[in-house]
Amino acid sequence: MKKTGSEIFLESLKRQGVKHIFGYPGGVVLNIFDMLYDDKNIELILTRHEQGAVHAADGYARSTGKPGVALVTSGPGATNTVTGIATASMDSIPMVVFTGQVPTMLIGNDAFQEADIVGITRPCTKYNYLVKDVSDLAETIAEAFHIATTGRPGPVLIDLPKDVSVGKVEPVYPSSVKIRSFNPTVEGNPWMIKRAAHEIEKSKKPVIIAGGGVIHSEASKELKQLAELTEIPVTTTLMGLGAFPGTHKLFLGMPGMHGTYYANKAIQASDLLISVGMRFDDRVTGKIAAFAPNAKIIHVDIDPTSIRKNVRVDIPIVGDAKRILADMVAAVKKETKKQWGEIRKSWLKEINKWKKQHPLEYEYSDEVIKPQFVIEKLYELTKGNAIISTEVGQNQMWAAQFFKYNKPRTWLSSGGLGTMGYGFPAAIGAQLAHPNKIVIDIAGDGSIQMNIQELATAVINKLPVKVAILNNRYLGMVRQWQELFFKERYSHTGLDVVPDFVKVAEAYSAVGLRAEKPSEVEPVIKEALKTKAPVFMDFVCDWKEKVYPMVPAGAAIDEMLLLEKEEKKEKKRKLKAVK
Amino acid sequence: MRHTISCLVENKFGVLSRVAGLFSGRGYNIESLSVGETLDPAISTMTIVTSGDDQIIEQITKQLNKLIDVIKVVDLVEVEHVEREMVLVKVNPKKENKAEVLRLTEIFRGRVIDSSQKTYTVEITGDERKIEAFIELMKPMGIKEFMRTGKVAIARESIKPK
Repeated sequence: MKKTGSEIFLESLKRQGVKHIFGYPGGVVLNIFDMLYDDKNIELILTRHEQGAVHAADGYARSTGKPGVALVTSGPGATNTVTGIATASMDSIPMVVFTGQVPTMLIGNDAFQEADIVGITRPCTKYNYLVKDVSDLAETIAEAFHIATTGRPGPVLIDLPKDVSVGKVEPVYPSSVKIRSFNPTVEGNPWMIKRAAHEIEKSKKPVIIAGGGVIHSEASKELKQLAELTEIPVTTTLMGLGAFPGTHKLFLGMPGMHGTYYANKAIQASDLLISVGMRFDDRVTGKIAAFAPNAKIIHVDIDPTSIRKNVRVDIPIVGDAKRILADMVAAVKKETKKQWGEIRKSWLKEINKWKKQHPLEYEYSDEVIKPQFVIEKLYELTKGNAIISTEVGQNQMWAAQFFKYNKPRTWLSSGGLGTMGYGFPAAIGAQLAHPNKIVIDIAGDGSIQMNIQELATAVINKLPVKVAILNNRYLGMVRQWQELFFKERYSHTGLDVVPDFVKVAEAYSAVGLRAEKPSEVEPVIKEALKTKAPVFMDFVCDWKEKVYPMVPAGAAIDEMLLLEKEEKKEKKRKLKAVK
Repeated sequence: MRHTISCLVENKFGVLSRVAGLFSGRGYNIESLSVGETLDPAISTMTIVTSGDDQIIEQITKQLNKLIDVIKVVDLVEVEHVEREMVLVKVNPKKENKAEVLRLTEIFRGRVIDSSQKTYTVEITGDERKIEAFIELMKPMGIKEFMRTGKVAIARESIKPK
């Protein structure tokens, strides 16, 4: 029997196991939305902005591992998805975005609400399609899901002209997808893996750096096995938080610009770096020429372009992290028969010395709320059992430093693109996928205002997302740079008029709470966690607080600025005065 | 160093802009690019001339391979190959130079494929150096304009029987 494009669209999604779509209607997608009106199996979550829809689909994907799906209209609806798509692309998030398009006969005529979204998103999608004929639709959707979820994941966009959603055809749903030019390597080269095992055997100061790839390939168990078997300390990049237990004794925290003192020291002193599913981003490496100067580098990645893109690599292994880590564990067991505990003693001792010298720290105050204190309290009161999303800036770095992530897919943050406004809609997507979990967006007063309209989405869909706003009345990270490198010239970083977030929450029929003193932090969090509705927690924080450690731009990662405690500063001031 | 990269791609709309976008988006240089159908009309071949150090060329070939529509990438520097380019040169010689233009065309094994009251249009095929040498020699004769095709290249078959 012949079916319309809209029917084929829905049936194709069902065959992919899709239960939720995030979207926003408009002229050229009316037919699809009409089909969704009484569909029993697929629920459309109406966001209040198309960017929110794509970030929500992204949060859904990150927290579940399943591809997120978004559906929007043509023109402005489509262009509003671009930031969300680019965010997903930079962080390798599986996602399929459907955009409406003007009818095929009008394409290229500058029709009403026409945008060449396939052209616009070509560099920020893994692949994209313009469907010109309804008879191609079923196959295109199957291909899109295959591409989005196979190999290094990523967003795929399908542009659907109105006449394609209306047109009728006898559908043929492909049972499997094969694309001759797309066959990512999964199995690691056994000879390279054997060499890696021998390098591990030889090394005295090895470090594992794990990235988001470990989470995408569900390889946390294998990573832990390798680390525990060989007693190698593990640092995870921002994207890799949760890939290795944050409370594990071998865990070093995050490396790089705002990484821990001991992770950066360990990398710089190491003689072997085992990097898995990470891409040596400039925020991780600092000055490339001075990065890990004494280390041999083993680089495991599913994407060959990640290897030797930024750093020299001694042992490249292309393939899936889960398989390769399992193979490495087997190879180490077979090729080496060592008592690792004894061998690693001095290296772990050296690291522990660094841990004691400069732990992650801040100066607590009784008078003013320190943002790090809020995050420590969130960790304590949730016992770490929460999905945390973040915005971008200081809030993101403190959330990465002071909350401990023991499980994968509990940390949702825009690492690559660094998108302010990501965290709140992402939290909404994650809450939808995990109705019984605590989901908290750790936000700044700047970032939350970038997608604050999604509070309506949370309220209407009864998604009890909690937002912890670390309110310092500034775009804090940029302000920090201005303080340190621009002589305290705070050009356009002061948000002089910050809305009353409690009233904003109330205006949306959500709950608003405020803490102005450190003693109020705990009661506010407890109250929020009890509340079965979306809550904005407005923490009025110390505006001068900075993220430490900090590696200045262009410096090597062991050239860190560290927190100077008040007493020390006072001593320095006195010394200066004497001189 | 200069490299000639041969790429088999799906013959679909948008593929050229994906390849061109890859180069422009990552700051790589395309010196010439030529595209044509293969024996299988569903597949096209692209010959791209580009330059860069080893690391850049490695990235270019990997990034090309990563594009979903790219089936195969060969850096021809690594294999024995032959390459050719064609140029059409329209010259506007003074009367006393007309014979010289024809003589040079002959020496370069070219052909005059069009002529008018004032001009000759000459076709020359060869490798890059030959094309450039011919253009140099024609300059004093008065070149009106010329069009180059960009390079096409093909790997050589082994001459030893297997």
